[in-house]
Amino acid sequence: MPEKHIVLRNCGVINPEDLTSYTARGGFQALKKALSIGPEQIIKEIKESGLRGRGGAGFPCGLKWEFTRNTKEQSKYLICNADEGEVGTFKDHFILENDPFSLIEGIAIASYAIGVKKSYIYLRGEYHNLSGRLQNAINQAKENKFLTHVNIEIREGAGAYVCGEESALMDSIEGKRGEARFKPPFPTDKGLWQKPTVINNVETLMNIPQIILNGAAWFNQIGTERSKGTKVFSVSGDVACPGVYELILGSSLKELLINISQSDNIKVVQIGGATGRLVPGTAIDTPLSFESVLGAGSITVFNETRNIMDIVYHTMEFLAEESCGKCTPCREGTEVMKLIIDKFRCGNGTQHDMQLLTELSSAMSLASLCGLGQAAPNVITDSMQYFRDVYESLIPANLRGVKA
Amino acid sequence: MRNGFGISMNKSEETISISNNNGENLLVLLEEEQRKSGYLSQEFITALAQSLDTPVSEIYGVISFYSFLSNKLQGRNIIRICKNLPCFLKNSELIIKCITQELGIKPGQTTPDGRFTLVLTNCIGACDKAPAMMINNDIYGDLTPQKITKILESYK
Ligand SMILES: Cc1cc2nc3c(=O)[nH]c(=O)nc-3n(C[C@H](O)[C@H](O)[C@H](O)COP(=O)(O)O)c2cc1C
Ligand code: FES
Repeated sequence: MPEKHIVLRNCGVINPEDLTSYTARGGFQALKKALSIGPEQIIKEIKESGLRGRGGAGFPCGLKWEFTRNTKEQSKYLICNADEGEVGTFKDHFILENDPFSLIEGIAIASYAIGVKKSYIYLRGEYHNLSGRLQNAINQAKENKFLTHVNIEIREGAGAYVCGEESALMDSIEGKRGEARFKPPFPTDKGLWQKPTVINNVETLMNIPQIILNGAAWFNQIGTERSKGTKVFSVSGDVACPGVYELILGSSLKELLINISQSDNIKVVQIGGATGRLVPGTAIDTPLSFESVLGAGSITVFNETRNIMDIVYHTMEFLAEESCGKCTPCREGTEVMKLIIDKFRCGNGTQHDMQLLTELSSAMSLASLCGLGQAAPNVITDSMQYFRDVYESLIPANLRGVKA
Repeated sequence: MRNGFGISMNKSEETISISNNNGENLLVLLEEEQRKSGYLSQEFITALAQSLDTPVSEIYGVISFYSFLSNKLQGRNIIRICKNLPCFLKNSELIIKCITQELGIKPGQTTPDGRFTLVLTNCIGACDKAPAMMINNDIYGDLTPQKITKILESYK
């Protein structure tokens, strides 16, 4: 079976309000081991495990930690990214609700390895109701002297998707508008308050205790060549059993959608939310991995009755709304794309519009400041590739073949 | 200092103080006031600008950026209906129609009695329970027109 619980191993098993139920399942043994082997050895294990970031970009986790550990700056920070704003993603919510302790242990180990004294959990404002449980987990860990080396503080967002982007997130913690920053410098050099900072997704940090306990070699044999371990997926849309599933990386879309969540008549699947990719139903054997498609693991299924232009329009509408507005290609590009798609939706497209969409797409992905603008054209390019006939059918007959 | 396992931590690292992080944080202050008063009044903003020695325009800049912050008086309860794709597929438009009819207001408006403000929002992380909405901090999923009246009734 492709299902395997590493990240979700305690979900539904422990009492998320009670630390003793976590320690009874081996909780905080990984921290104990980590403190005894020391920071260099921890980072070596994480690097050798092949763990890559689960927040979307897939950057090697151990490498990020090493960069930050090795800077000469004395004060540095760790931020756990619990902003989870990508459309169709709810796995971090599920994790925080069911097992806040593993996350706290992961943060404790990471903080020790990187040498940070202060860590933040940036929780999206929409998840305010989880902050009490999370704070309770921090308090209990503190009372039991598991957090003597680090101070963990929860910061809440206030309803802005782009604040999940790491540089915007740091501006938000600093109390400002959450706008993306120019890179370089990278956060590992100059991050929060211009100090070296590691930012990791909730799920990335959830893997840490298990890797430390079981060793890099154990983790390394799970998954594919360049995608080690498991991934937690959020499945929504036209499926019989929507929900959160953890699968070994490299498992196929078919295993997840047909065998596990039971969907049929799939027209297209959006993987990775609004900034993600479209995969047509005919490519159901596509593996889910960093080598193939993954994003943050959100999977929305659309059946044969769905209208492609609705999908593209709603995606663009979201991106246009959530663009932080700092750079022109993204701020203007997403708006223009939304307007053009609306024309097609009403059956008023032109050949010229299709050409414009293609040109805009490449300009935006090249020139936008952050991942939002760079990935915003994905839904356009993918839909034009797989459903070109739909676009063409929405050009009035008398204008077909006419260039401009 | 010794931790739970009796392993001593590096003393010199432990005493390093945390810099740049002691001042008042604008966003945190705004979030607190928003939660307390339901909006950010002109008086509050002016007083805050003075106490932080920050231009009023910068404070407005932050308020306008975050959808949870508002400088306009809002209803006692804020309804946020999700309009993104996973909810759209499960007929969120019907839910929007149903609530606008029930309350007699459009998205962006507040009921005359100040009981509800209605807004449309982006994904609230409840897509497995689509269509979904939030009222204040509570999430409601698997919405149907039948459920709406009962849910709204519980907010005064
Ligand atoms: C527009 C945008 C939104 C993002 N939202 C999130 C998010 O909600 N959660 C998250 O972990 N990463 C998000 N990311 C990715 C982060 O920038 C960053 O890569 C990630 O938090 C790093 O952690 P990881 O290496 O553990 O994946 C987003 C990126 C972009 C461009
Ligand atoms: S799309 Fe509505 S809750 Fe996610």
